[in-house]
Amino acid sequence: MAEEMTIHLKIWRQDGPDAPGELVDYTLDNVNEHMSFLEMLDVLNEQIVAEGGVPVEFDYDCREGICGSCNLMINGRAHGPKALTCSCQLHMRNYSDGDTITVEPFRARAFPVIKDLVVDRSAFDRIIEAGGYISTKTGSAPDANSIPVDKSVADTAFDYATCIGCGACVAACPNGSASLFAGAKLAHLNRLPQGKPEKRKRTVAMVEQMEEEGFGDCSNHAECEAVCPKGISISAIAEMRREYMKAFFSGEEA
Amino acid sequence: MNLAPNVPSGPLEEKWSNHLNNIQLVAPNNKRKHEVIVVGTGLAGGAAAASLAELGYNVKSFCIQDSARRAHSIAAQGGINAAKNYPNDGDTIWRLFYDTIKGGDYRSRESNVYRLAQISNEIIDQAVAQGVPFAREYGGLLANRSFGGAQVSRTFYARGQTGQQLLLGAYQAMMRQVHEGKIDYHPRHEMLDLVVLDGKARGIITRDLVSGEIRRWMADAVVLCTGGYGNVFYLSTNAKNSNVTAAWRCHKRGAAFANPCYVQIHPTCIPVSGDYQSKLTLMSESLRNDGRVWVPKKKGDERPPNQIPEEERYYYLEEKYPSFGNLVPRDVASRNAKLVCDDGMGVGPTGRAVYLDFRDAIERDGKKAISEKYGNLFEMYENITGDNPYEVPMRIFPAVHYTMGGLWVDYNLMSNIPGLFVAGEANFSDHGANRLGASALMQGLSDGYFIIPYTIGNYIAGTDLPEADTRHEVFEEAAGNAQSHIDRMLGVGGDRSVVDIHRELGKIMWDKVGIARNEEGLKEAISQIRGLREEFWNNVRVPGESANYNKYLEFAGRVADFLELGELMAEDALHRDESAGCHLREEHQTEEGEALRNDEDFSYVAAWEYQGVNGELQEQLHKEDLQFDFVELKQRSYK
Repeated sequence: MAEEMTIHLKIWRQDGPDAPGELVDYTLDNVNEHMSFLEMLDVLNEQIVAEGGVPVEFDYDCREGICGSCNLMINGRAHGPKALTCSCQLHMRNYSDGDTITVEPFRARAFPVIKDLVVDRSAFDRIIEAGGYISTKTGSAPDANSIPVDKSVADTAFDYATCIGCGACVAACPNGSASLFAGAKLAHLNRLPQGKPEKRKRTVAMVEQMEEEGFGDCSNHAECEAVCPKGISISAIAEMRREYMKAFFSGEEA
Repeated sequence: MNLAPNVPSGPLEEKWSNHLNNIQLVAPNNKRKHEVIVVGTGLAGGAAAASLAELGYNVKSFCIQDSARRAHSIAAQGGINAAKNYPNDGDTIWRLFYDTIKGGDYRSRESNVYRLAQISNEIIDQAVAQGVPFAREYGGLLANRSFGGAQVSRTFYARGQTGQQLLLGAYQAMMRQVHEGKIDYHPRHEMLDLVVLDGKARGIITRDLVSGEIRRWMADAVVLCTGGYGNVFYLSTNAKNSNVTAAWRCHKRGAAFANPCYVQIHPTCIPVSGDYQSKLTLMSESLRNDGRVWVPKKKGDERPPNQIPEEERYYYLEEKYPSFGNLVPRDVASRNAKLVCDDGMGVGPTGRAVYLDFRDAIERDGKKAISEKYGNLFEMYENITGDNPYEVPMRIFPAVHYTMGGLWVDYNLMSNIPGLFVAGEANFSDHGANRLGASALMQGLSDGYFIIPYTIGNYIAGTDLPEADTRHEVFEEAAGNAQSHIDRMLGVGGDRSVVDIHRELGKIMWDKVGIARNEEGLKEAISQIRGLREEFWNNVRVPGESANYNKYLEFAGRVADFLELGELMAEDALHRDESAGCHLREEHQTEEGEALRNDEDFSYVAAWEYQGVNGELQEQLHKEDLQFDFVELKQRSYK
C-alpha cells in the first residue's frame, strides 16, 4: 500500500459573499497518493466535523472531470499543477509528504464568492442564454443525414464543444476574461452548417453579454489555454474576434 | 391504488400515433395561461423544459447544481441508440424494440418500449439540428458503433462524451427559452416536497441551497426528471449530488415506487482502491468493442498481465458466450466478473478486478486508431489509476450505475398522482430489469422532447384545475414539514458524521442488495438498515446552520431518504422470489448460472404504496400485470 503523507493546507474561508475571508491552516496526516484532491478535502471535512467545526464548502458533482463544477485555485493555478485536468481528477500522487498547498476559489469580478471555495458562475449561463445555441424547435428537424458535415469540420467543432464551463479560463486570465468560454461555443456552433444562418447574430450577442457581465477583455496572455482542462485552443478567440469584426463592419443587424 | 397503464389500443406499431390522434390539445393562446414545473435539468428535464416552453407553456425549471449544464447526464460516455439502420446491417424499429425488451428480461411494458424505439430516430434528427457534433464518416454522414446486447451497429456517439454533447444541446435549447422569458429558471434549488391539492399535483416546496430559504411554487402540472437513486450504495458511478429525495418525497405523498430492486451494476468500472474513495468511475461499455476481458486461469497468479502467456488466459466471456462475446449485456458481464473473482481468479491488489485488454486491438488497428476511438477514456483511466492502458491492460470491476426502478408511470408518463409526471431515470418504465447500453440517453430525450410535451397537454386540456395560490393550507403544511425536517436533523447533535452513516448503508446495500441477493442476506439487510436509521436519528452530527449554504445539511436530508429507500429496495428484492435481469436471486439460477425468471408468478411491476415509517418502513405492494401480446417470453440467451 501507498505510504501516507502529511499535507499542510492553507484554505480560503469566507462565510458569505459580503463577509471578509482569510486563509486558514489545516494539517492532514493520512493522505493516500491514490486520493483525488477532492477526496483529500472530504477527509479534511470529516476531521473538521469530528472536531466540532464547520466543513469547508467546495463545489463538485460528477468527480469524473466532465460536469465542470469543481473550481479550485491550487497553489495559484486553476485546477492545480497538472495540465488537462479538473480539480476532481487531480490526484495526491502529484504531491509529496510535507507539502504545503494553498487552496482558493476561482477569483474574478464576474464570479462572486458564495461561501469558502464556492463561487457563482451563473454569468456563463447568461452568455449562453444570449445566443449560445442553434435556434431549432423540437420536432422540426430534417433527417440527420440530410446535411452531410465534413469529418474534419465535425471533429474540430467537437474539439471546441468539449468545453465544460468550469471557469478556469476566467480565473487564470489576468483580465478575468471569458473569451475562451464564449469563443469555444462560437467556434463549435458557427462552423457547423446548422449553425451558420445565425452566426453573426450569435457572435455579437454573446460578446456583448460577456462585457455586460463584467468579464474583462482578452489581451492574448493565453493563460486560459494553459489551464483549460479540455485543452481548448485560443484559436477560438481569434475566430470570435474575426466574426465580431465582420458583423461590426458589415453593419448587419445583430 | 389506480395502476391503469392506459395503453392505447391497436397494433403495437400504431399505438403511439393512434394516441396522438386521440389526445386532447391545448390551443396556443391557452398554453400561455398554464404553468408547468420541471424539476431537474438533465436530458429528460432539459428537453422537457425547452420543448414545453417552445410550445408556449410557462415553465419553472429547478436544479440542484449551480447550472443546468451540470446535470449528471453530462457524464454518459458511450452513445445513444437509434434504429436508423444507416450502416445497412439489418436494423429495424422492431429489432431495437425486441433487443430492449429482451435485454430488460421481459419486465417492461411492451407499448412503452416500442414507442421508445420508434422515437429513437427523431432524437438523432433533433440533436443533429441542434449542432450536436456526432462522429462522422469521411463522406460526411453519421458514424455508428455497437454496444452490448445488440448484433447491429446502432449507436451514435460523440467520441466518449455523448452525454455531454446531448445535454449541452438540451441545455442550450433550454437557455434559449430562458432568454425568451418562457422558462423561469432556478439553479441551486432542491425540491423537498410535492404539494397535492384536491388529489392533484399542484406544486412543490424547494430549499434555496444558498440562502436556505424554503420556497413554495404553484403550477398545473409537475414533471419530475431527477434521475436515479444509485447513490444509496454510497459508492456508485453517479455524480455525488444525485439523490432520491424529490422522488422519495413524492412517494411519501402517494406516488407508487415501482421495482426499486432493479439496479444495474455496470461491468466496466475502475475498481475500488481504498476506504477514502468517494465515488466510482465508469469506463464506457463501448470499450468492449475492442477490449478483451480476461483473467489468469491460475488462481492467485500474481505475474504482471503482460507476462501471462496466451494459453494461460481465461477469456471467459468469449468462451461462454461465443455469439456476443465481450458485448454481452451488462448484467451478464457483471455477474461473470463477480464469479471469476469469487473463484479466486480476480486480479489487482484487492483481487476484485478483471482485465480489459487492448493489446490485440492495438496490434490489429494500430495505436492511432484506438486512440481516436477511446483516447479520452484511456487518459481518464491513466489519470485515476496511474497505469497506462496502452501498455498494460485496464483493471475493471462492476459498480452500481443505473436504477431501472423509480416512480410508477402510465403510458403518458404520469404517476398515480394526477398531474405528477415522471421522466427519464426517475421513472420505472422502458428498461425492465436491466438496461441495455446507449438506451438511457435515448429514454431521457424521448421522454423529454417527444412524449411529455404531448401527454401534459392532454392532461391539462382534460382536467379541471381550479385557481389556488401558495398561501393555501396544503402549501403551508408542506413548507412547515420541510423546515421541521431540517431543524430535526440539525438538532440531533450526535457524534457520527453523515458520510460515515452513508458509507455504512452503502456497504450493507452492496453486500446484500448488490450483484446477487439471497433471502437470508436480504432479511439481514432490512434489519441492519432499520438499526442504522435509528442510529442516524439519534446520533448524527449535522454541522452548520439551515439559513446558509450548507452542503452537509443537503447530504443529511438525502441520506435520511436513502435510509428509507434502502429498506424498500431490500423488501422488493426479497418479495421478488425469482431472478430477472439485474436482480439475481441466488436461489433461482439456471445450471449455467444465468438468471432464471418465473413468469408464472412474477410477470408484473411491483408498485409500492407508502404507509408510514415507525421503526420499520411500512409499504403495501400493488401489482401491474405485464401483458405480452407481441413478443414471446423466452429464456434470454447470448451464447
